[in-house]
Amino acid sequence: MAGFQTIFNRVEVVGVPQMGVDIGRDTRDRLGEPQLNYWIGKIGNSQIGPIYLGFLGVASIISFSIGFIIIGLNMAAQVDWSPVMFVREFFWLSLDPPLEKHGLQVLPPLAEGGWWLISGFFITASILLWWVRMYRRAVALGMGLHVCWAFAAAIWLYLVLGFIRPLLMGSWHHAVPFGIFPHLDWTNNFSIVYGNLFWNPFHCLSIVFLYGSALLFAMHGATILAVARYGGDREIEQVTDRGTASERAALFWRWTMGFNATMESIHRWAWWFAMLTTLTGGIGILITGTLVDNWTVWGQKHGIVPTDLSMWPVTPLSTQSSWGQ
Amino acid sequence: MAMLSFEPKYRVRGGTLVGGDLFDFWIGPFYVGFFGVTTIICALLGTLLIIYGAAIGPTWNIWLISINPPNISYKLALAPMREGGLWQVITILATGAFISWALREVEICRKLGMGYHVPVAFGVAVLAFVTLNIFRPLMLGAWGHGFPYGIFSHLNWVWFTGYQYGNFHYNPLHMVAITFFFTTTFALALHGGLVLSAINPQKGQAVKSPEHEDTYFRDTIGYSIGPLGIHRLGLFLALSAGFWSAACIIISGPPIYSGSWIEWWEFIRETITWGGN
Repeated sequence: MAGFQTIFNRVEVVGVPQMGVDIGRDTRDRLGEPQLNYWIGKIGNSQIGPIYLGFLGVASIISFSIGFIIIGLNMAAQVDWSPVMFVREFFWLSLDPPLEKHGLQVLPPLAEGGWWLISGFFITASILLWWVRMYRRAVALGMGLHVCWAFAAAIWLYLVLGFIRPLLMGSWHHAVPFGIFPHLDWTNNFSIVYGNLFWNPFHCLSIVFLYGSALLFAMHGATILAVARYGGDREIEQVTDRGTASERAALFWRWTMGFNATMESIHRWAWWFAMLTTLTGGIGILITGTLVDNWTVWGQKHGIVPTDLSMWPVTPLSTQSSWGQ
Repeated sequence: MAMLSFEPKYRVRGGTLVGGDLFDFWIGPFYVGFFGVTTIICALLGTLLIIYGAAIGPTWNIWLISINPPNISYKLALAPMREGGLWQVITILATGAFISWALREVEICRKLGMGYHVPVAFGVAVLAFVTLNIFRPLMLGAWGHGFPYGIFSHLNWVWFTGYQYGNFHYNPLHMVAITFFFTTTFALALHGGLVLSAINPQKGQAVKSPEHEDTYFRDTIGYSIGPLGIHRLGLFLALSAGFWSAACIIISGPPIYSGSWIEWWEFIRETITWGGN
């Protein structure tokens, strides 16, 4: 019983690598001799490559590299070009957006946010080019555009944070800096400045969908692995011609919680939950500081935060132990 | 009643862990079983106690209702019902309901000849809850360190607990957990989108094959993990998100770490002492 839990592949097929479905003239743009990797094959397909290298992909990679290198050089300059200091200070280093006073100026002085705008431009261009690439590859294969639209939902949040909201606020200054700790500081300060983002209902929704996505993937991943012995991982076949794997998977949830998805609809649940994470998150960011200045005040006005705080407990100090006191 | 067309042949006896044939039946679509009975007892009693707690509390506003843990002066003792005792009983009942639910899932797995992946995965979520409201309060020596049960009051707890450690975004395991949450959601979007795009192709075209799915990801990023592998990856990412969430809160507090997570990172600067200023 416990012997077949589909945690890893026990048998790996070694054969001629697949070069992919034919897409006519463009097939020649697939590069790289596919390699079979034994250890990757323990979890998923062992085949790595080939990759399609069209104009959009190359343009996107070049564009990203320019933006990325500009960030790196700015950070290196901040530690006086010392490689050791670059490593030591890396998490703290930052390329900040323009100063508040420069407003929406297209190119403020380089050291006062100009570099941030240039690198942001190239990284944004790279992301948009990559989106077109995802779109074009789907069309070339005659497939639906669901992956592209999901990607677009993520781009929405990205653009709200770095472009649309700063535009509404009247200064690029309000965008997120590039850097590990700096972007965390930005997130933290954003919440504090606008009176605690926890009382922003769209932030609530975004977190619900984020946690919901983890829940759904745990449920779905586990269900498919649990019926993999009946061929449950062959989802497309199970959609078009339902087999015992789908039936057992459906009944598991029906008997557990009185409701079940189907082999197709579970992927619709998944897709919507994941997309709504960034769609609602983007709305939450967009209306903060533009429509709503203080979420605590807003929350008290709309009855989700008590005006009399004694209604809720005072959170005890957990940095001190009660043991031995 | 309430059966799917193919359901009757799957409704077989057996597979129970406890009670033999005693509770081996269905009510509507729900399987009962011994653990269904314990689940309903715990869940019903717990819910009624929450309603009772709301009734003796200051508000019926659904957003503000809060069942609060006892003051930490009670340490690990039982508190009077109105002063956190309710929270303690509800916590026990919630844990009982969760464990019952997981065991009921095991029985259903056995009936259907499925692997135990779902109850194991659910166990990780239960672990996160138990870590927050049982293990960590035990570690700190007072039940008062659990979070209150309220739609918005528990967020208030998260806020004030986080800032006791400087800035929780700097907690390294919190970073790991968030990264897993984002990656899970990202992977879920790709997986859901890919399957939908194969079975809902361009107008006038036939349903696509797993060949097309693999080709799409090989074309775009050079690797496709495949239809079986993606479910392993998804389950791993999702469970990692839950596990590291539990880990990041259990390391916050004595005896493990009670300082500022911002200052914790200074170890890098104290380690690399050469190379300039």
